[in-house]
Amino acid sequence: MTVVPRTLFAKVWDAHVVHRLPEGPELLYVDLHLVHEVTSPQAFEGLRLKGRTVRRPELTIATMDHNVPTDDRTRPLADALAARQVEVLAANAGEFGIELFDLHSPLQGIVHVIGPELGLTQPGMVIVCGDSHTSTHGAFGALAFGIGTSEVEHVLATQCLVATRPRTMEVRFDGALPPGVSAKDMILALIGRIGTAGATGCVIEYTGEAIRGLSMEERMTICNMSIEAGARAGMIAPDEVTFAYLRGRPRAPDGDAWAAAVERWHGLASDLGARHNAAVSLDVSGLAPQVTWGTNPGMVAAITDAVPDPESFGTASEQVAARRALAYMALEPGTPLAGLPIDRVFIGSCTNARLEDLRNAARVVRGRRVAAQVRAMIVPGSQAVRARAEAEGLDRVFLDAGFEWRHAGCSMCLGMNPDMLQPGERCAATSNRNFEGRQGRGGRTHLMSPTMAAAAAIAGRLVDVREWS
Amino acid sequence: MSGIPPFRRHTGRVAALPRVNVDTDQIVPKQFLKRVERTGFGPGLFFDWRHRPDGSLDPAFALNRPESADASVLLAGANFGCGSSREHAVWALQEYGFRAVLAASFADIFYANCCQNGLLAVRLDAQRIAELFARYERAGGPYEVTVDLEGMTVSDRAGFRAGFSMEPYRREMLLRGLDEIGRTLLIDEMIATYERGREG
Repeated sequence: MTVVPRTLFAKVWDAHVVHRLPEGPELLYVDLHLVHEVTSPQAFEGLRLKGRTVRRPELTIATMDHNVPTDDRTRPLADALAARQVEVLAANAGEFGIELFDLHSPLQGIVHVIGPELGLTQPGMVIVCGDSHTSTHGAFGALAFGIGTSEVEHVLATQCLVATRPRTMEVRFDGALPPGVSAKDMILALIGRIGTAGATGCVIEYTGEAIRGLSMEERMTICNMSIEAGARAGMIAPDEVTFAYLRGRPRAPDGDAWAAAVERWHGLASDLGARHNAAVSLDVSGLAPQVTWGTNPGMVAAITDAVPDPESFGTASEQVAARRALAYMALEPGTPLAGLPIDRVFIGSCTNARLEDLRNAARVVRGRRVAAQVRAMIVPGSQAVRARAEAEGLDRVFLDAGFEWRHAGCSMCLGMNPDMLQPGERCAATSNRNFEGRQGRGGRTHLMSPTMAAAAAIAGRLVDVREWS
Repeated sequence: MSGIPPFRRHTGRVAALPRVNVDTDQIVPKQFLKRVERTGFGPGLFFDWRHRPDGSLDPAFALNRPESADASVLLAGANFGCGSSREHAVWALQEYGFRAVLAASFADIFYANCCQNGLLAVRLDAQRIAELFARYERAGGPYEVTVDLEGMTVSDRAGFRAGFSMEPYRREMLLRGLDEIGRTLLIDEMIATYERGREG
């Protein structure tokens, strides 16, 4: 008997198929459903209207992250609509018996930061959430993807999702990452190469020497931005780095169950000879820090480059999009990216607000001052990250330099809370989207790594962090 | 088992948005996401593009052109609906009056959200989309198309006709306006069997 070699994705998918529907799609079982305040209220209301219940409340975890204030947590929310969403989530969690990490919990944080931190995210799981950056959890070898509110309701009611099997794409990162260049630069370079629709309909599996060399937190940064390449999800096969990260986490298996889990997880890697539908490879050994110049994450260049000429793009629609982006960003073709003056710095988001990100940023900042005209803020990804950073004294490093030190939340990544750019402000951001108006109407976002953003805060302009001493 | 309004065939006026990679942050900006209902999102549709910073309507924007008043079919560039998973984008398009969106490609989550709500997302060949944009411009006034899900065609009165395909499952859901949760609950015992198999 021959066994067909399978990919990591296929192993996880196949293990979760409850039923194949006659017309094509499959009913997929969900191991972990993460819920937040913005995309869930209509789903819970839908259950109530039809007299339905939550099938597996113990597999469902809720937190508040998108619209919450990151300054004073002792005051009520100033925004009445945001306050209502937060209240409604608390009421729904209570009514349906779902565990909630609310604003007063020491474990509250961005949903994609707390899942891994608590050990809830585990290899081989199917994980969904009403948020596109659910792809983050794929760093553990889970199949994790964002869904809409109607699908949230479907998962609440049935613990399953109707899904069509996606294609797979292997993205191999070869070579060793040079000093000063990070996981963020790897994923931005990939999106620059394949575009924001380059992996539409696909689950990406990241492989190669450069991926194996990354920490779990760096792998999360890579998988997080898979959606920015259009992918349904991103996955990395679990290894010793994964197991070492998970061991001892509060919700990870322990005792005999731990040993059994690790044995099972070892089997998740793609089999030798397993086929992907598409493949891309990038050598990172010559990679420079990346900075976006436009209004989607695929509009990106090395910090040593200049703003491109729209005429240099291959198709008419790309040229139109580039012209429009440069007008919005107030940039002229040919202007060197290094040296662009900035007004704001945001170090935060589910992409880059974990402990290592803050440590890396602090190394750049230590003993220096934020440039006089720049307003800079650090928004830890979770209250636990904040507490650990404070235990290491990182808060003092940032505060002494003139950064604001905030509580956990999505904050200025999407500007649903009071943390927003003013029209015309230019921001160095560690988040994931530079869409028009994303951080505030008229705001101009340049995406980059935490060390690049930290260096920009000190210099008051975009700089090449490799030249930082 | 009804859930969403059924879609069989629709004839309506076209609004044309010839931009690629339109993300859901543009379709409905974040300041409009703070509602706990499924309604009330129409006024937020393309808000920052429909309005100038002073709040007045921008006459140059596609949806504000007089020939696109009361449009119910949106003709859009490739990779429409990329970015955030917010279903509010679909609710806003529907509440504004759109019944169908035509593009060469859609982002995955947006496409699924359209199906869940009975907003017909039609993928057409890029050349046929380009032809529709050209016909819209040439019309010099209101331009109407018919989107037929039963026959799986898009056509106009001047001879344009293009076929499209759709996964049979999604097509059936849309044609009959089925409640997907209700359908899944009918096979609840299969889910229970699966759960027992894993836990046993």
